[in-house]
Amino acid sequence: MTAKIITITSGKGGVGKTTAVANIAVALAAEGQKVVCIDADIGLRNLDVVMGLENRIVYDVVDIVEGRCRLRQAMIRDKKYTELFLIPAAQTRDKNALSPSDMIRLGDELRSECDWVIIDSPAGIERGFRNAIAAADQVLVITNPEVSAVRDADRVIGLLEAEEKGSPALILNRINPTLVKRNDMLSPEDVLDLLAIELIGVVPEDEKVVIATNRGTPIAADGKSQAGQAFRNIALRLKGEQVPFLEIDDQSGFWGRLSKLGGR
Amino acid sequence: MNDNQSEFLEIKGLRDGLLVSLADAPWDELQAALIRQIEGRQSFFQGARLALNVGNQALKVADLVELRDQLSERGVSLWAVISDSSMTESTSQLLGLATRISKPKPDEARQFAVSVFEDQTALWVNRTLRSGVRIEYSGHIVVYGDVNPGAEIAASGSVLIWGRLRGVVHAGKDGDSSVFVCALDFSPTQLRIENEIAVLPQEENVCPKKAQISDGKIVLEPWVS
Repeated sequence: MTAKIITITSGKGGVGKTTAVANIAVALAAEGQKVVCIDADIGLRNLDVVMGLENRIVYDVVDIVEGRCRLRQAMIRDKKYTELFLIPAAQTRDKNALSPSDMIRLGDELRSECDWVIIDSPAGIERGFRNAIAAADQVLVITNPEVSAVRDADRVIGLLEAEEKGSPALILNRINPTLVKRNDMLSPEDVLDLLAIELIGVVPEDEKVVIATNRGTPIAADGKSQAGQAFRNIALRLKGEQVPFLEIDDQSGFWGRLSKLGGR
Repeated sequence: MNDNQSEFLEIKGLRDGLLVSLADAPWDELQAALIRQIEGRQSFFQGARLALNVGNQALKVADLVELRDQLSERGVSLWAVISDSSMTESTSQLLGLATRISKPKPDEARQFAVSVFEDQTALWVNRTLRSGVRIEYSGHIVVYGDVNPGAEIAASGSVLIWGRLRGVVHAGKDGDSSVFVCALDFSPTQLRIENEIAVLPQEENVCPKKAQISDGKIVLEPWVS
C-alpha cells in the first residue's frame, strides 16, 4: 500500500477542520479503505473527542516522534470501522514538540501501512500549520461562507502556493441555502470567484452534525443526513470518482451552476 | 565562539533598526549563529527591528517564517529581508517584509520616479495577490491577475490591474499626483493616490475604471482607451 497524505486546514478556527477530518476518514473507511488520521493540533487536541476515542488514548503523536512508543502502539482503532485508526495529539505539550521534518518522517513511515493518511491542522499560519502541511501530498482548505473565514482561507492558499504544495482544493462548509437565497450569506459562487481554486465539496448546514460530533459518532456514518452525504461525496472525489454536487435545494439555480463551476 | 560567529554575520546600526549581513554559508548554520548571537546579547537586541541581508540565499516561505517566529520569541522583529535572489525577494514580499531598507530622500525619489517614467518600465506581477501579500515598488506596477481583499500594493508610479481590484492600492506613494490606478473590476477596499485617500461606494455594475487626481481630489471614471 502507498498511502496518499491529505491535510485539512483553514487559517481561521472553528470552521470545521476537525469535523471534516473525522467525517472524510469515516467515509473512506466505509468504502473499505485503510485510513489513519493524525491530530496535529498539539495542546488543543479534539479529533479524539469527535471520533469518540478519547478514553482509549495511551500514546500520542509526540510519543512516537520522541521514541517512547512504536507507531502501531499509538494507532487507536475506531470503534466501528476496523480499518480506521487515530494517532492523537499530545494534550500536555505545545506546537514546538513537533517539527515539519518529524511529520515528514511519520508520514513516510505510514505510507506503507495504509491507503490514506488524513492530518488535522491547528488554526493559524505558524509552526503548527507548517507541521501539519509538511508531509501532505494534497491540502484541502475548508472555509465557511463568511467574509472573515474566506479572507483567512485566501491567505492560507497564498502560503500553500508559496511553499509549492500544489494548488489546494476547497471544501465549503455550513452552506445555508435559505440565507444564500435571501442574499444574507456569501454564495458558493462568490467564494469560488475570490479563491479561484478547485472545489471538492459543499457541505450544507445541518444541526445533526453538532449532535453527532457531541456523541463522538461522525455524521458520515448516518445514511440519511445531507451533510453526511456531502462528506461521503468528498471521500469519493478524493478516490478519483466523478460525483455530481448535491442538489441541496432543488429549486435553486446556483446549485446547478455550481456543478458546472466544479467541472464535475 | 564570538570569532566563529562573526564569520557568519555582521551587524550594523541603521537609523531605524539593525542591519545584519549574513555570510555565504548553509542557511541552518547562519540561522543558528544569529539566534546564538541574539541570545548572547539579549539586552542589546531586545525590541530591535532587524533587517537581514541574506545575499544569494534562495529562501522559501517556511525558512523565513521559522526565522521570523524564532526572532519574535526573543523580542526581535524582522522587518526587511534584502537579497539578490529573486525567489527570496518574492518570498519576502509574500510575507509582507520590506525588500529595501534605504528610503531615498524625497528629491532622489522624485528623480528616480521621473527616470522610471521616461523608461516606461514597470514591475510585472503575473499572478493573483492573495490576502497578506504586500508589493512595494519605486515605479509603476502592472498586475496580471486579481488583487484580493487583504492584499496591498504601493507604487511610486501608477498601478494597472488586469483583473479584479479588491485590496488596498496606493499609487504615487512618494508624492506624485500625475499617476493613476485602473482595473477591470474596480472595487478596492481603500484607494490612495499621493496623499489622498478614498473609499468607494459599493456598486453593482462591474466595469473597468480609472482613478486619478483632479483638482486635488480622487476622481473615478470609466476606463476606456
